[in-house]
Amino acid sequence: MSLALQLDDLSKTFPVGKPLFGPAKAHVRAVRPVTLQVETGETLGIVGESGCGKSTLARMLVGLLPPSTGEIKIEGHRLNNANPAEFGRSIQYVFQDPISSLNPRKSIRSILEVPLKRLHGMNAEARRARISEIFASVNLREEFLERYPHEFSGGQAQRIGIARALAANARIMVLDEPVSALDVSVQAQVLNLLARLKGEFGLTYLFISHDLAVVEAVSDRVAVMYFGAVVEVGKAEKIFAAPRHPYTNLLAGSAPVVGRPLTPPEAKGTELPDPLNPPPGCPFAPRCPKATEICRDVDPPLEQMGEDQFAACHHPLDA
Amino acid sequence: MTQFIKLLARNQLALAGGIILSIVVLVSILVPILPLQPPDVTNTADRFMAPFSEGHWLGTDHLGRDLLSRLLWGTRLSLAVGAAAAIVAAVIGSAIGIVAGYFGGTTDNVIMRGVDMLMAFPYILLALAIVAALGPGLMNALIAVAAVNIPFFARNIRGITVGIAHKEFVDAAKLAGKGHLTILTTEILPNVVPVIVIAMSTTIGWMILETAGLSFLGLGSQPPQADLGSMLGEARSALITNPHTSVVPGLMIFIIVMSINLLGDGVRDALDPRLRSGALSRPKPTTTVARQSSPPHGPGEGVLDIRELETQFHVGKRVFKAVNQVSLNIEPGECLGVIGESGSGKSVTALSVMGLVASPPGVITGGAVFHGGQDLVGARYSTLRRLRGDKVAYIFQDPLSTLHPLIRVGEQLAEAIRVHHPVGKAELRQRAIDLLNDVRIPNAESRVDSYPHEMSGGMRQRVAIAMALANEPEVIIADEPTTALDVTVQAQVLSLLDDLRREHNVAIMFITHDFGVVAQLCDRVAVMYGGQIVEQGTTDDILANPAHPYTRKLMECVPELGAGRRELAAIPGLPPAVDDLPPGCAFAPRCHKAQAECTKAPIEMTRGGGRAVRCLYPETKLVEEEPA
Amino acid sequence: MGGYIVKRLLSAIPVLLGITVIVFLIMALIPGDPATAILGSYATPENVEKINRDLGLDKPLVARYFIWLGNMLTGDFGRSFSLNRPVIDEVLERFGATLVLAGTAFIICTIFGIIAGVISAARQYGLADKAITFAVLIGISIPSFFLGMMMILAFAVERRWFPVSGMYAIYGGGDLADLAWHLVMPAIALAVVATGVIARLSRSAMLEVLRQDYIRTARAKGVHERRVIWTHALKAAMVSIIPVLGIQAGFVLSGAVYIEIVFQWPGVGRMLVNAILQRDILLVQGGVVFVAACYVLFNIAVDVAQSLLDPRIKT
Ligand SMILES: Nc1ncnc2c1ncn2[C@@H]1O[C@H](COP(=O)(O)OP(=O)(O)O)[C@@H](O)[C@H]1O
Ligand code: SF4
Ligand code: SF4
Ligand SMILES: [Mg+2]
Repeated sequence: MSLALQLDDLSKTFPVGKPLFGPAKAHVRAVRPVTLQVETGETLGIVGESGCGKSTLARMLVGLLPPSTGEIKIEGHRLNNANPAEFGRSIQYVFQDPISSLNPRKSIRSILEVPLKRLHGMNAEARRARISEIFASVNLREEFLERYPHEFSGGQAQRIGIARALAANARIMVLDEPVSALDVSVQAQVLNLLARLKGEFGLTYLFISHDLAVVEAVSDRVAVMYFGAVVEVGKAEKIFAAPRHPYTNLLAGSAPVVGRPLTPPEAKGTELPDPLNPPPGCPFAPRCPKATEICRDVDPPLEQMGEDQFAACHHPLDA
Repeated sequence: MTQFIKLLARNQLALAGGIILSIVVLVSILVPILPLQPPDVTNTADRFMAPFSEGHWLGTDHLGRDLLSRLLWGTRLSLAVGAAAAIVAAVIGSAIGIVAGYFGGTTDNVIMRGVDMLMAFPYILLALAIVAALGPGLMNALIAVAAVNIPFFARNIRGITVGIAHKEFVDAAKLAGKGHLTILTTEILPNVVPVIVIAMSTTIGWMILETAGLSFLGLGSQPPQADLGSMLGEARSALITNPHTSVVPGLMIFIIVMSINLLGDGVRDALDPRLRSGALSRPKPTTTVARQSSPPHGPGEGVLDIRELETQFHVGKRVFKAVNQVSLNIEPGECLGVIGESGSGKSVTALSVMGLVASPPGVITGGAVFHGGQDLVGARYSTLRRLRGDKVAYIFQDPLSTLHPLIRVGEQLAEAIRVHHPVGKAELRQRAIDLLNDVRIPNAESRVDSYPHEMSGGMRQRVAIAMALANEPEVIIADEPTTALDVTVQAQVLSLLDDLRREHNVAIMFITHDFGVVAQLCDRVAVMYGGQIVEQGTTDDILANPAHPYTRKLMECVPELGAGRRELAAIPGLPPAVDDLPPGCAFAPRCHKAQAECTKAPIEMTRGGGRAVRCLYPETKLVEEEPA
Repeated sequence: MGGYIVKRLLSAIPVLLGITVIVFLIMALIPGDPATAILGSYATPENVEKINRDLGLDKPLVARYFIWLGNMLTGDFGRSFSLNRPVIDEVLERFGATLVLAGTAFIICTIFGIIAGVISAARQYGLADKAITFAVLIGISIPSFFLGMMMILAFAVERRWFPVSGMYAIYGGGDLADLAWHLVMPAIALAVVATGVIARLSRSAMLEVLRQDYIRTARAKGVHERRVIWTHALKAAMVSIIPVLGIQAGFVLSGAVYIEIVFQWPGVGRMLVNAILQRDILLVQGGVVFVAACYVLFNIAVDVAQSLLDPRIKT
């Protein structure tokens, strides 16, 4: 199995309150060093609550944001931030808000032409043929090509967004909450379309979502993020059924499920630590029922637990 | 573009402004070929002739020059100078604004600091300084006015550009291989141009005024050449003796600026999509009621009885039937779930109860809502106001936008009590603290003085819940109160709500799109689709045996945790547009069981065994009920 | 709060320096020999030599700026040749008169503008709204100097309700009542445009706020509509109105130049125009820097007011 994507110690720190000249007053660590591998043809799900760094991580992966430390290798090549066109050919991004990801003043055709022209230098005729092909594969009628974004529903606009990513002919796609702006009945259509395209074009997916059930349904492996760090990685079918990290356990226990009685999950408070002034030790400690002295002092590293599960915890739950 | 012109033409004031302005512009273009007397030839014998004198329709000025001729030549000059200043300022200012807004960071910082410096001057000081340095003269006045207005454009356009540059389509363009310059010209610029046009059409009148002003002060056009401002300036000394020499150029400036302003407002309105859709109209304190048929009779059952409610939105010629014949009733202490996809009419149903649907464009066109034997639809404002928050309280979706950002949460809580009960200040504060304790907010004594932005989303929603509980209402209508929250927070808020409703024995109408939430919280549930209730029954019955094909399909679409990786069932097609509902069953175009019969006539509710379903071929047969 | 004010005052220092740089650079645009340009018709050899010495005009641009700045910091704004007195004395005297005029106009336009805007929004598309919108349209289209002249014709010449011009009556005036009587027409003429602009903006700010969810919340709580409008909505709308008040203060100050000419009000605006026509460059320079600096300080007050209203601004 070859690696589609390899992240080494990738992190992002944002300066806040930066004066015109001189260093910033403080820093927010949006993503703490993350090391991950994604195999070719795999779907890696990334879950976490709002503000935990999912989108920041995703934007670094496609070169929209320069990382503060670490490096990204795509299919063995180091990502070169200076040249968007270069990584655009190998990795693409599908946005959360389908409507705002389409320029309201451009027809769908001219939106789809850009990657073909810019990244692949196709001539007009080749572009026309390719666009028809792609459009058919996302189940949209060709007459839509001459229309403008506001004429489409969220689900249709998201297919157009997917079509644009396909047009770049990249083999890796970062899907950032691709269905959370959509209605449930439409959500399933898009998820199934994504699954089909993956088989058809041999794609690798990074599927980001806050919805555990959706992530579980589409992923091979899942990484759970909390406060900017990956706290647990494991097989999709095992990670929520037998979580090792208390936070994963909390997440899985909080999702409303038909047939499960309403009991407040055992956790004190819901507050995240102050990102400007993170406490030493495990960031989950203030909420963790298992926290002890060491948890408050030493930030646990991600360690292998069991066959292919990794968790960052001093007192992991039993398998 | 054609739409733009149509919209503009529909606006009568703008049209009038446009016509007047066109005439003025046309005349000033034609000035050189019109049979006018030379404007600068003095004839002191004929000085200060009154209007309508022989040979001088508008009279003459202090040097005996023909006023009509001077007026038209002056208008020509004023228009040209004003327009030139506007264009120069718009082009340079917008270019600066776009660059600063797009590149951000230090570029933006440095440019905007400079702009701030320029804006730190009252504008005329800068203009005066420039004229002082360059010397009086029309060209220099033009330069001064343009220069002074550049910062205004720069700041305005920068703000817009920042908004656009952070839109996702700009990122998408980067990933599609576009460079900065291409993005600026092909992605950003087309979106900024309308704003530039608006800014220009609303400031060009100003520019004309400002250049006229400088000329009026004697710093602009120099004699004998005259623009409108200098004509007025020269006439000032004879104001009392010969007012017509002042009135003529003054009125002309007024007419020009007024017609430009009228037209500019029209352009702005036509280009602003929000104004177009009527979204900028102010919602009235209660929803308009215009019932077309006689309402159902009371007194109604339970704490809240919604009967055959119809609420529509009238936008232009289109009618959105957001809520169509909805009947629901809630028993004391019961929790009724209302579930459906977005746009199915859940919120509008909820807001209709207390007349809170934004109106315009909302109108309640039929039905009744009974509470305590009284029909709330069409009730007077004072009646509704007394019940709002006292007997029927609301919790809304987004806790950040539903609390007033500038008022401390304690005061907001206290106000909820005070508007219904005369309670002293100290006691109000104590009650607010108690309420915060009730919703398990730690450190209530200090939290009571916090502002909403100082709290997390979960905390804010607890405050909203506390506010709903403040007067021990009989019903709480909760419109997706946990949708905006993270799962772990949602779980806590839900269990809190569940505890509270038992403690306070309050009925809840709980709106959601999540079956898991309904299952955990609600006794009964109603499923909405296309503005109608398509199925109703106890939660257990419906989850175990959905009767409506839509309910069943929807449940299959929703992935459930613990089921592992799988293909999801999908419903083909899209939810219906409520301004264009199909005849018969609204679900028919997506329904796998649809027959010809389904699209013929509206489908009636079938009732039985405590359930109801709006389908001709339901998934399960309801238990037959004796007709009452 | 005190800390915030200090912080804002400190942050005004670069702005004030920027103002001096801009004014200095603009004045450096004057073609020809600076000494002769500054002196104009007063350019006797002694004067030229004196001014060359005082302002270091024979030195390079940067050095000249610092000499000029240093002089100003010690209160020496130079000497007006046309008036033959120190610039600072003249400016201070005239600025008082402008302050009375512009301040009154500013108070008028703030109060009436906001009230009109709120009523207009609360009665959107109603009769009051239409009347106000129409009045506003006229108000912002009429040149203030023309309006002032017409007011003189109507209320000082036709009907002798108010004096034609000046700040005090020439004989026997000088008290507050006399000042107020002279102030009515120029203050109103000056306030009209800004009232229109503020009313317009307040209307749209109110309409924007009235659509917000927290207004719906207030109504859902049973808050009376009057209170919804005048407390909940207006409070939120003030966040966008206050900065405009700051900008409008600049417009009022600017408009004062015209009004001072029309009503022969002995303010700083009339002084500046005369100075330009007399080419009394030092007087222009000093006057502009002084008034701009006052305006900067005023805007700090606006920012402080904003931070008192809006707790989201970090103090
Ligand atoms: N202000 C409005 N103007 C026009 N149409 C509206 C407005 N608000 C809601 N609607 C229409 O009413 C329908 C029902 O909306 P809503 O009750 O908000 O749905 P839900 O709460 O189920 O998501 C929608 O299809 C929408 O088109
Ligand atoms: S390291 Fe300690 S505090 Fe952190 S999750 Fe594990 S047990 Fe809890
Ligand atoms: S009435 Fe017909 S179309 Fe509608 S849900 Fe039932 S079977 Fe389907
Ligand atoms: Mg809703």
